[in-house]
Amino acid sequence: MQNVVILQARKWFSRSLSSFSSNPLKVCVVGSGPAGFYTAEKMLKAHQQAQVDIIDRLPTPFGLVRSGVAPDHPETKIVINQFSRVAQHEQCSFLGNVTLGSSISLSELRKLYHVVVLAYGAESDRSLGIPGESLKGIYSAREFVWWYNGHPDGRNLDPDLKNTDAAVILGQGNVALDVARILLRPTAELATTDIANYALAALEESSIRKVYLVGRRGPAQAACTAKELREILGIRNVDISIQEVDLRLTPADEEELKSNRIKRRVHELLSKAAAKPRTAGLNQRELHFVFFRKPDSFQESEDRTGHVSGVHFEKTVLKGDGPGKQIAIGTGEFEDIKCGLVLKSIGYKSVPVDGLPFDHKKGIVPNFRGRVLSDTSGDPTLLEEGLYVCGWLKRGPTGIVATNLHCAEETVLSISEDIEKGMLISSAALPKPGREGLLQLLQDRDVRIVSFSDWEKIDSEEKRLGSSRNKPRQKLSTWDELHKAALE
Amino acid sequence: MEDFVAFDFLLLEIDFIVTTFAIGKGNSPKIFDVGVWYFCLNGTSDSGISVTFVDKDGEEQHIRVPVGMSMLEAAHENDIELEGACEGSLACSTCHVIVMDVEYYNKLEDPTDEENDMLDLAFGLSETSRLGCQVIAKPELDGIRLAIPAATRNFAVDGYVPKPH
Repeated sequence: MQNVVILQARKWFSRSLSSFSSNPLKVCVVGSGPAGFYTAEKMLKAHQQAQVDIIDRLPTPFGLVRSGVAPDHPETKIVINQFSRVAQHEQCSFLGNVTLGSSISLSELRKLYHVVVLAYGAESDRSLGIPGESLKGIYSAREFVWWYNGHPDGRNLDPDLKNTDAAVILGQGNVALDVARILLRPTAELATTDIANYALAALEESSIRKVYLVGRRGPAQAACTAKELREILGIRNVDISIQEVDLRLTPADEEELKSNRIKRRVHELLSKAAAKPRTAGLNQRELHFVFFRKPDSFQESEDRTGHVSGVHFEKTVLKGDGPGKQIAIGTGEFEDIKCGLVLKSIGYKSVPVDGLPFDHKKGIVPNFRGRVLSDTSGDPTLLEEGLYVCGWLKRGPTGIVATNLHCAEETVLSISEDIEKGMLISSAALPKPGREGLLQLLQDRDVRIVSFSDWEKIDSEEKRLGSSRNKPRQKLSTWDELHKAALE
Repeated sequence: MEDFVAFDFLLLEIDFIVTTFAIGKGNSPKIFDVGVWYFCLNGTSDSGISVTFVDKDGEEQHIRVPVGMSMLEAAHENDIELEGACEGSLACSTCHVIVMDVEYYNKLEDPTDEENDMLDLAFGLSETSRLGCQVIAKPELDGIRLAIPAATRNFAVDGYVPKPH
């Protein structure tokens, strides 16, 4: 094992020596999702002498493109081609299996590199804080997504889809629509995707027939986009249920729609779907859009102790005005929905590491255009030198792959400005060890690095396994399998 | 009239050659140019249409695009920095361009629902926004000017102020 590390260290070392005689800018990007890769790409374009290393705690790159994007959205994953070209750039390296906080600390990383950009996203979940939330059968949508996408930390979730006919999804954003679609879509259509094989098997045996997508507010406030909504409304053999009364717009709603093209188009789609004649009973499965309900508590099953059997909702009305300012207020009227599976899709949450300023209220790192600020006071002069953020850790867990393109542009622009203004110690004045130092330190700690060429071994093994089953790939989804494929 | 058109092409072409050599870009400019010269002198449009990309800094790049080719492909063949995360499969909005002249915008087929779904998410959307992968070169589009929206600053096209969405 150690040999592999040393060999790679030598390879990198000799490459570095031959390429550079001066002291290049050493940059470390933490996290290899879209925010990390776009940052690396923009850095390499803006600073042609820079050496950029991307570290990730997983042995696989691409973050949520691999473990977040739904398996039936292969087009969205095409961006992997672009990211792979970045990883293969001669001044860029991918170092997988390296965890910030355990393999290496933030302060060590900052000593090794001139610039550290944190782009490790949001790997935890917001919670509701209501009674019964820890009952079995209640998961965050993130956990469920990791499970069906073969994330090695999602493998053991093993949700029970066989002892209930109903699932409640809390939230109406795109992630909520993704998990609803995976539960409802004919499994024959999923069989040719890169969905994890154990998840496909569980879905094939699923007894879930009814899925409720529940929102605290109304159709004018739904957080999904038209593409995802159009897609779920078009699934074969699913009855769509939307109460037409919910679609009535108040003047405040109309104001909200007027200034928001996405929400306007989402509302149109919902209205069209509601107006369609019902084919009740003909289809096997039902999708219910439920508006103006906020979860009050979870109910425990009488015959399955410790397991959820339903959600107790309070009806709501909207108060306040101005676009996006209407909030849901409980009316004191309640209603239950029986279900054996609950997926909470109410938002991801970032987790800080030691030595990192963190705004717990907003769930982000306090920053000014990507420059990490020392505290949450908002004073843009209290800067953490050489430390930057990008992606969800910088702006919160919203947006699509392309949002990170602009986010990375802003962060890299800030880095460039800081270099020009002399706010960063210049690489000429203070050479830093960068990659070689990191490799040495990881070797001392016996950390098994997975390089990009190691990932390519995983990649080709997954494709090989997939080809015999008419899938683009069959994901390796345990740490052992991944390490074995990468390092043998 | 015929002569005038050819002459106009010639001027454009000289412009193109100068630009190409000045910035040291373009795929085999010599071979390409000979072909274009030939067609220009013959007064045909077989060599494609003239397209101008205006980048984030306001710099113009003039290229010729064969009929039938998308603006995304054309940009990439000419080393123009237009993102294309999903490589033209209508699953992202990164090849967003703004048609700088409404007349040209009106010559395009209306966007499909699928394209509109993606435009919903485009950064700096304007009334004449399209996805570069969906704009296909055809003779009527000869002379079209496309702006690549800047991410880090506000963008205005010839006095046109994009409306908030």
